Amino acid sequence: MKVPLSWLRDFVDIEVSIEELARKLTLAGLEVEEIRYVGLPIAHAETKVTGLAWDPEKIVVGEILEVMPHPNADRLVLTRLNDGKQEHTVLTGAPNLLGLKDSGPLETPIKVAYAKEGSQIYDGKQAGWELMTLKPVKIRGVDSSSMACSEKELGISDDHSGIIVLDDDAQPGTPLTDYMGDVVLDIDMLPNIARNANILGVARETAAQLGVPLKEPPYDVSWEGPSVDGQVSLDIQEPELNPRFVLGLIEDVNISPSPFWVQRRLHLAGMRPINNVVDTTNYVMLEIGQPLHAFDYDVLVERARGGSPTIITRLPEPGETIATLDGVERQLDDFTILVADTAGALSIGGVMGGGESEVGDSTKRVLLEGAGWDFINIRKTVAAQKLSSEAAYRFERGVHPAMAERGVRRGLEMMGELTGGSVNEGLIDKYPRPPVAPTVEITQSDIQRWLGIELELTEAAAMLERLEFSTEIDRSRLRVSPPDHRLDIGAGVVGKADVMEELARLYGYDRIPETQIADRIPPQYSNPRLEAGSQLRDLLASMGLQEVVTYRLTSPAREAKALASQGTEDRDYIRLANPIGEDRIVLRQDLLASVLEVVARNLRIRERVAVFEIGPVFLPIKGEQLPEESDRLAIAMRGPLNPLTWQGREPSKMDFYDMTGVVDGVLAGLHVGNIQYEPAAHATFHPGQCARILVDGRTLGITGVVHPLVAERFESPDTAIVAAEMDLGALFEWIPERYPVRPVPAFPPVLEDLAFVVDQKTPSERLRILIHETGEPLVVGVSVFDLYQGEQVGQGKKSLAFSIVYQADDRTLTDEEVATVRGKIVNRLEKELGAKLRDF
Amino acid sequence: MQEHLDKLEEQALAELNQVSEAEELRNWKVRHLGRSAEVGKVLEGVRDLPSEDRPAVGRRANEVKSQLENAYAAKEEALRGQELERSIAEEKLDVTLPGLSPARGRIHPSTQTMRQIIRIWAEMGFQVYRSREVETDEYNFGLLNFPPHHPARDMQDSFYTTDPEVILRTHTSPGQIRVMRERAPEPIRVVLPGMCYRHEQITARSEIQFNQIEGLAVGYQITMADLKGTLSAFARRFFGQDVRTRFRGSYFPFTEPSAELDIECFVCSGEGCTVCKRTGWLEILGSGMVHPTVLENGGYDPSVFSGFAFGMGPERITMLKHGIEDIRYFWANDLRFLEQF
Repeated sequence: MKVPLSWLRDFVDIEVSIEELARKLTLAGLEVEEIRYVGLPIAHAETKVTGLAWDPEKIVVGEILEVMPHPNADRLVLTRLNDGKQEHTVLTGAPNLLGLKDSGPLETPIKVAYAKEGSQIYDGKQAGWELMTLKPVKIRGVDSSSMACSEKELGISDDHSGIIVLDDDAQPGTPLTDYMGDVVLDIDMLPNIARNANILGVARETAAQLGVPLKEPPYDVSWEGPSVDGQVSLDIQEPELNPRFVLGLIEDVNISPSPFWVQRRLHLAGMRPINNVVDTTNYVMLEIGQPLHAFDYDVLVERARGGSPTIITRLPEPGETIATLDGVERQLDDFTILVADTAGALSIGGVMGGGESEVGDSTKRVLLEGAGWDFINIRKTVAAQKLSSEAAYRFERGVHPAMAERGVRRGLEMMGELTGGSVNEGLIDKYPRPPVAPTVEITQSDIQRWLGIELELTEAAAMLERLEFSTEIDRSRLRVSPPDHRLDIGAGVVGKADVMEELARLYGYDRIPETQIADRIPPQYSNPRLEAGSQLRDLLASMGLQEVVTYRLTSPAREAKALASQGTEDRDYIRLANPIGEDRIVLRQDLLASVLEVVARNLRIRERVAVFEIGPVFLPIKGEQLPEESDRLAIAMRGPLNPLTWQGREPSKMDFYDMTGVVDGVLAGLHVGNIQYEPAAHATFHPGQCARILVDGRTLGITGVVHPLVAERFESPDTAIVAAEMDLGALFEWIPERYPVRPVPAFPPVLEDLAFVVDQKTPSERLRILIHETGEPLVVGVSVFDLYQGEQVGQGKKSLAFSIVYQADDRTLTDEEVATVRGKIVNRLEKELGAKLRDF
Repeated sequence: MQEHLDKLEEQALAELNQVSEAEELRNWKVRHLGRSAEVGKVLEGVRDLPSEDRPAVGRRANEVKSQLENAYAAKEEALRGQELERSIAEEKLDVTLPGLSPARGRIHPSTQTMRQIIRIWAEMGFQVYRSREVETDEYNFGLLNFPPHHPARDMQDSFYTTDPEVILRTHTSPGQIRVMRERAPEPIRVVLPGMCYRHEQITARSEIQFNQIEGLAVGYQITMADLKGTLSAFARRFFGQDVRTRFRGSYFPFTEPSAELDIECFVCSGEGCTVCKRTGWLEILGSGMVHPTVLENGGYDPSVFSGFAFGMGPERITMLKHGIEDIRYFWANDLRFLEQF
């Protein structure tokens, strides 16, 4: 909402600076997003400031005394211009002066905005807002150093079609900034204060914030013509949708452009001037918030075959259409409310008029409509017709029907002035459904409890009266009722909240103290999943993996990319009804597929990628409305184990065991024990390099080398990608609340390395477990440190070397004790696995 | 014999003087102090000398031997010093070559900011409550006092699923209803972090998914002054002890009165810059007193209970803090972006 300061001042005296006004309005919820200067001196503010100040010495009111031809150009003229001190010859190409060039001295001088040499103005010929300084130049042989300005050159609007012709009250020599310098406040009107989307509304808020009186506009009409009775009748068929309808009639109108002050205000407020009748309806709408509609009365009489027209508001007939002002033939929904006459539809109520009864240059009599409409119905209509208008913008946010009469009165009076027409006596006014204003009751302790301030009820009442609430104090209760220009105050406890908001705004958000909650801290609950998730992220990052966060929206085709041998047809996805694109149509079920996309994207810029994501997948549950949101961990790694360095050593590439190493590390970090891997099959992974991750025999997830076909699809045809995916719900169940810590042994351990030659197919884990079991309790640690396959051990064989820790808690072990245990181990491995101890 | 010893000493010391390497020194030692060295022979021959000569020759021979041993030790020490100096000189490194860092992982910037926010709220007694991302229309809008034809319910803003009642939550606020219904009539202090979705075009300034963290306090005597005090305390903890804050009127259907919290722009200290759009203030957080209808829908009697709620966007805050101008970086997961955090 653009609010010209000069217009605002019609209704409220503003003694504070513009920046202070902007600050106060902003704190009160009318956020001033921009202050645009249109002539007045610019000051710094806590708001975006734009615009132009007009130099009072250089930009003044001028009067053109005579328009003369240019010696060398048909499209340019020379003018004799008085700037209040002296006469100048000023060159211009303004089309609105061309016609006067041979008329000699003008009977009535033309008042213009005159910019002298050195003035800073906008360049009218350039798109956008480029500043320029007027300098002496020669145009077609004639010196030119000053000019009469267009609206664009002064920053009033983007209109550069001709020079400004000022109203006659302008005195030559007056600094233009004094005559019409202005500021436009651009205010973001939130839905709860949409009633203020007009000059009067902002003025009322301003008056309330500054504690000064509001000068309500007069709604008097100078009646001149005969009575309106009998000239038009009214039939409201849907009072719920159209609670009020008001008509007035004006005769002998003279359609012409509006005076400059009207045009200027419309332009500053963001609307285009059309003619004095249309401008009046727009002016009143901008000023007090009531949209008006002007009909050509004679067209209506014609449609009524010469009789007096009847205006009917009704729902459409089946299949009825209307051609609106924007030239569209519209199919109507059964809820669309129409303004019609006996011959058919005239306009869509509250939204847009029809073409036929529109006011034109030859219009002589105007029937002026002001109505009240149900805002929900208007919103539905706007949505259904994909049609909005300045009128609909206001009606769909709620305009009180009381405003309809005020609008018509203000419109008739102004239209009479601007068009020279005479207003017929009286209004046709039907008001079948006046809204009932709620009464809200509040106490001082309500105010204390809600806002945390001590406020006497008399003070509260005085504040609310500034916004025209009616108030009544009954002992310890304040009863308030909203004024008849607003529909936003509810009843009961909701009304209480509404009134509290008004009190907070009036008291000042900045004056409310800052305190700490007096209540005791409520019961606290442990949050183990959150803590485990946090710990998990830290563990993974500490192992060199980068956390990523991907889109939860994907497509079945994208997820199928991560499967080598099957599609995603069997997945029952949550699908979007209104996706933004083909590649984001479902909620994901495969976190790893998303993480592999991250790998692929980064492989364009680097060799090594090691990433993980923690987040939900979305699994529909049969018979339930909402899906399960199951948290997963997905890890993917690819490329050299360590980043390449200038030392040029070629680091080994990450393989299956680097992946299980990370999994081991994570699980050890969370103190989850008894981890096992068993060979598994999964469509994402290499069939021979894939393992299920088990804890105590229960599955936690899957890991392995990504299937070569899948790796190729994710930009890694030659280097393995290793990956893992785990179900965090299952994982977190295994995190023990407590874990024991063993004492550090007081006696030295015996360390020994043993290598065994076994069948290539024998899993190393079997040897490790056997060694451990057999050696218990003296063997406290067993780990593989070497794997050898080759000539020295023979075809189909491998050598696995283990480092074994022997340890007793109560003594230093002797060689004999160790030898006995070793013997048992060697015997058992030989007997059960055919393992041969290898000599070095 | 004395002369012989004198000469021997002189010659050995002269030779030692010429020695410049460890190898030569070892050879010298063998020659002059070894088993078959001349001094040894002289000493061994002492007992064959006439008894009157024995003491003098013996003394002198021992003297020469120890003289040579001392000279050897000194030479050895000198050579070792030289050697060390030489090897140190050879070991001089180019200290400007880059260090060899182990691979380092990092936490995603959104998670980092979220953690920081959660940590501060935890210290103020607000615990995390996690709520679902796929929601019913009723929880996302209806129970939060969105009037039936509120613009936020328009198709452009929400992602709808093929079940018209099921949508992707557009804000974390449905969690308010869920936590209230779970805990009523206990007082509540929680924060609700998580991913939200809006039906938008993906541009530098708008995303289809973004994190929010919302807070909710419900109790017996919670006021708007408490809202101001609590949120200002948060802002000081998060943005710095001296940060100036301002509360201004705003609108959310589920709070009334509603307030926007601005902090003084930390880029320009309130002078006005492009980050704060020349206002000197940065919009950080929306808030308000919980609407009585929402309290009621959550199972709390609004004539007994009151509360406040607030919400902020970790990505937006991260962007402001680090001067990031394109929100798409967050989910694009380009390591060149992520590794800067």
